Amino acid sequence: MRLGGGQGFYGDGHRPVDDLLAAGIDYLICEALAELTLAILQKDRQRDESLGYARDLPLYLQQAMPYLLDGRTRFITNAGGINPVAAGRAVIGAARSMGASGLKVATVVGDDVRPRAAELGLPDDALFASAYLGARPIVEALEAGADVVITGRVADASLFLAPLVHEFGWAWDDYDRLAAGVVVGHLLECSGQVTGGNYSGRWWENPDPMRIAFPIATVESDGSAVISKPPDTGGMVTFDTVREQLLYEVHNPAQYFSPDVVADFTSLTLDDLGDDQVRVSGTRAADPPSPDTYKGLVCTPAGYAGEARLVYPWPDAEAKARAALAFLRKRAEENGVPVEEWHEEYFGVNAFGGSTVPKDFEPPEVIGRLAWRTADKESAGRVAGEVGVLGLSGPPTISGMGRGRGGGPSQLLAVEAFYVDKKLVDDQVRVEVEEV
Amino acid sequence: MKRIQLRDLCGARSGDKGDISDLSLFADDEAAYDALLQEVTADRVKAHFAELVTGEVERYEARNVLALKFVMHGALGGGAPRSLRADNLGKTHGATLLRMWVDVPDDVAANAKRKARPPLP
Repeated sequence: MRLGGGQGFYGDGHRPVDDLLAAGIDYLICEALAELTLAILQKDRQRDESLGYARDLPLYLQQAMPYLLDGRTRFITNAGGINPVAAGRAVIGAARSMGASGLKVATVVGDDVRPRAAELGLPDDALFASAYLGARPIVEALEAGADVVITGRVADASLFLAPLVHEFGWAWDDYDRLAAGVVVGHLLECSGQVTGGNYSGRWWENPDPMRIAFPIATVESDGSAVISKPPDTGGMVTFDTVREQLLYEVHNPAQYFSPDVVADFTSLTLDDLGDDQVRVSGTRAADPPSPDTYKGLVCTPAGYAGEARLVYPWPDAEAKARAALAFLRKRAEENGVPVEEWHEEYFGVNAFGGSTVPKDFEPPEVIGRLAWRTADKESAGRVAGEVGVLGLSGPPTISGMGRGRGGGPSQLLAVEAFYVDKKLVDDQVRVEVEEV
Repeated sequence: MKRIQLRDLCGARSGDKGDISDLSLFADDEAAYDALLQEVTADRVKAHFAELVTGEVERYEARNVLALKFVMHGALGGGAPRSLRADNLGKTHGATLLRMWVDVPDDVAANAKRKARPPLP
């Protein structure tokens, strides 16, 4: 069984997807939803109720269509975001306009628990509240013959586990195999991050770095797998690139929680087979192996933010930038702008490293970045109104950063995790299959 | 013993979950892994990040892939969609930890495999 990891976030590249399809994969799986993505999609839906899904979904469909129509490949994605029904409609519309026929499109709904916020003790001003569903509804869709499966907030790795359960007939209490499937999914869910992208080793030795490939997993019925990439593509698959992705954002590696199983990532073995192939085997489930809740994310409004970036050259670049930011803060105070939080960063000095950065050098230039949070949008805009004064009445030698100024106020959103009884969610999950 | 900066000794990758920064360090052999285990404790990491991390730091071991995992709470200014930080996703935290200096056995320092630097055009 060959799975292709076709997307790692909303906005990822499309060309490597063509390479995956041409290399031959049974399933193209596109993972579109980081925690931050749901907040971005929420802003879309606030503007237009028919949005709230990843809008590049039809483009993936178009790439995959020849392979879908001749039955070589099926397509699974959580690009439905917080509006899978609208995403499903968009896919069906796009498939019709491409002249497709006989294509079965399944939509999975039921991850949205916002209507039950009160019952679940969630804030009543929640903009969205979504539970991370597991692989089961996707398996149901595949069993109904779906060629395309569109979901909302399904856990990243479960998108990949589902076709393995479907094809190999794994039982839902065959926890070690489920855990192995979750590992495969976790390795593929960030696209190029397992094939040389973001690699912290000798990244400059990536072959053909302009064409970092997306990954393929060739999975056996016992759950072991070989991670590889399409031929004649860039990037690399090595022990080192695979282990960097294996532990990415997993917290306790001995207890990686997915909705379907708790996997023990410390139980597995990685073997570098050479030629861009790494074998992963021996994965076991943790004890206890099954979580009794689903994790969810709830989003509430959290005020507004604005920011200004001011650039000063040597000499004394940091001192000038600090003086400029102090000026802006003082003016906001004098103008009575109700700022709830300030944040100063000095690029070239310590913006990322904070106090871990040694202070034994004088930088050639410094960018002072001031960010602020206010309760309302108008106040966030008022602070930036004083930036222009710095042009002639601030510290000397102010510069810009080329064209394109910092944007206007943007809305902040608070996203918090919660846990919800599985049965409560399962009872509202539905799989709808429509033939184009 | 010899003093070495982590950038010469191991790889690192970091990411986010809510207001938690999740960071991994990767050793290249067992001896280096044991040295990291000894030197890079949760307490030292917490002290290293100072004002950047306001909550607790937990450490986990994954000897099967010669890696240490650090889960740092209160590390992202409230979480990505709410944070005022430029790095609201904690992507740079791995690099920030590589700035730490540690004391390791002479042979571990001599065998450190991350000393190569990328060429500049």
